[in-house]
Amino acid sequence: MFQLANERVEKIKSEMKRYETKQSAIIPALYQVQEQYGWVSKEAIDFLSELMEIPVAEIREVFTFYTMFNQKPTGKFHLQVCTNISCSMAGGRELTDYICKKLNVKAGETSADGKFSVSKVECLGSCDTAPVMQNNFEYHENLNEAKIDQIIESLQKLN
Amino acid sequence: MEAKIISEHYTKDEFIGIDGYKKHGGYEQIANAFKMQPKEIIEMVKAAGLRGRGGAGFPTGMKWSFLPDNGEERYLLCNADEGEPGTFKDRKMMERAPHQLIEGMIISGYAVNSHKGYIYVRGEYRHIIELLEKAIKEAYDAGYLGKNIQGSGFDFDLDVYSGAGAYICGEETGMISSLEGYKGQPKLKPPFPAVQGYLKKPTIVNNVETLASVKYILRDGVEAYRKYGTEKSTGTKLFSVSGDVQRPGTYEVPLGYPLKQLIEEECGGLKPGRKLKAVIPGGSSAPILNAEEAYKVNMDYESLQSVGSMLGSGAVIVIDDTRCMVDLLDVTLHFYHHESCGQCTPCREGTGWINKIANKIVKGEGRVQDIDLLETVAKNMMGKTICALSDAAAMPTISFVQKFRDEFEFYVREGRSKVKGQTYAQVHG
Ligand SMILES: Cc1cc2nc3c(=O)[nH]c(=O)nc-3n(C[C@H](O)[C@H](O)[C@H](O)COP(=O)(O)O)c2cc1C
Ligand code: SF4
Ligand code: FES
Repeated sequence: MFQLANERVEKIKSEMKRYETKQSAIIPALYQVQEQYGWVSKEAIDFLSELMEIPVAEIREVFTFYTMFNQKPTGKFHLQVCTNISCSMAGGRELTDYICKKLNVKAGETSADGKFSVSKVECLGSCDTAPVMQNNFEYHENLNEAKIDQIIESLQKLN
Repeated sequence: MEAKIISEHYTKDEFIGIDGYKKHGGYEQIANAFKMQPKEIIEMVKAAGLRGRGGAGFPTGMKWSFLPDNGEERYLLCNADEGEPGTFKDRKMMERAPHQLIEGMIISGYAVNSHKGYIYVRGEYRHIIELLEKAIKEAYDAGYLGKNIQGSGFDFDLDVYSGAGAYICGEETGMISSLEGYKGQPKLKPPFPAVQGYLKKPTIVNNVETLASVKYILRDGVEAYRKYGTEKSTGTKLFSVSGDVQRPGTYEVPLGYPLKQLIEEECGGLKPGRKLKAVIPGGSSAPILNAEEAYKVNMDYESLQSVGSMLGSGAVIVIDDTRCMVDLLDVTLHFYHHESCGQCTPCREGTGWINKIANKIVKGEGRVQDIDLLETVAKNMMGKTICALSDAAAMPTISFVQKFRDEFEFYVREGRSKVKGQTYAQVHG
């Protein structure tokens, strides 16, 4: 059952007062849901609609427009590898393949244990340290296979 | 040589916090601004020749003068969406000097008589959002934000807003839609944001670097500011350099700086044994230059225009002779297709179509006529849409095909890359 943590509900209520209109709190509210659940379900949107008194359709419209909001369950660690121009030149695509093989997933999918999702993303604004990826919001720069091994190994130890 | 005006203190960690920032002259220009009339500051920014650093290079003072004088509330929005592929200089500035941006916004807010500002930051920059929130709190606590700043009678509130992954929210009207809580779709102009922007109120949108630059115009004066740069492209500019150079990074040089020198001196030249093939001088939307053009051009608005390209966001992507141009165009077109917001048919259909053609070619399945088709479709995407994204996809396409036609021809004829000897699938699996 969908149950947003109390402090997250409070946070959403304060975001509704933070900007000129409560409409602007939709993005912050979606982040609150996603940070707890890893994605945003239909139930979550119904809940937000009731909490914020904003029609479901308006929340859905925002939700589906932005690529950072996940429309299906996503792993605890979302590895987002940049495959835009500078990163591709530095081997970002091959590294994505390497990660996928290592975790036995396809890009855009989640590992069987629900721990890792791998995605190809557009320029992360870190092209001087290409190739780059984000694990959730954390940047990993100047990547190579050895670094990937280390990162994944340390993430696997976390539960 | 680099001319470090904006970036002078970026290597110092103490510059990030308010105390260290103040130690190096931070927030001194606020008092200076309050001694002037807002209009005088606008005149000063005009006289200094400051042009927007976000992409279009529009004169900042002139944009500020477009605000209607009707007593309506105004907003000042800082564009920190930084999504143009190859660009990372705003990130650098906000990471190393969040207060510099805040001070620039207070001064600019005073100049345009706005009492509320937002910094719209791309969602991926979560660490910067947190850093800015902390810095804004420090500035409130020190009395630089809020009511009656430093006893001047001027009120200014500032807050941060997080995007959520959409390049199109960097376009100013898309950004406004997004900040208002809707999908970030651009709106037809006019009305321009200066007349009808955020919540239909007059709104100024400026890039991070533009707003920070205002502080230095006040500090150094118009004459000193104009000492750097050319007659029409004044001051210094932060360039984000990436790709095939020894030392990629953010470099501040005067506008008008030779691209060759930027590559060879600041960035340490190419990797050993490599030759320059091409340079994208202003983010992936900017028409590409071949080596000959790149080695001759200077980095200012006019010089780049004269070779058919643009300064854009100042993102320089250096490409050496080991790169397959067909592959790089395919990567670039994938991006624009993914980021088109879909409102305009020529953009939605066009980006999809050219992406598909490029993709077919890199798979070794292209036909000779596909090369001309790429160009024709791209040409038909230009100048027809609500925002410039459609043109931003068309311009690289046309320039890649025109300048590197031999590589496209080889690819469709032989079914493999002229440079790599294989198809994309063979190289990348
Ligand atoms: C598709 C598109 C994306 C853009 N992305 C950005 C961006 O990420 N950052 C930015 O400052 N300007 C961006 N711009 C330009 C803005 O629309 C606007 O011109 C700029 O923020 C104005 O600030 P300036 O005058 O200080 O440059 C973009 C424009 C387009 C058409
Ligand atoms: S040109 Fe493209 S991105 Fe811009 S408004 Fe039209 S469809 Fe959207
Ligand atoms: S291209 Fe990967 S961070 Fe810019």
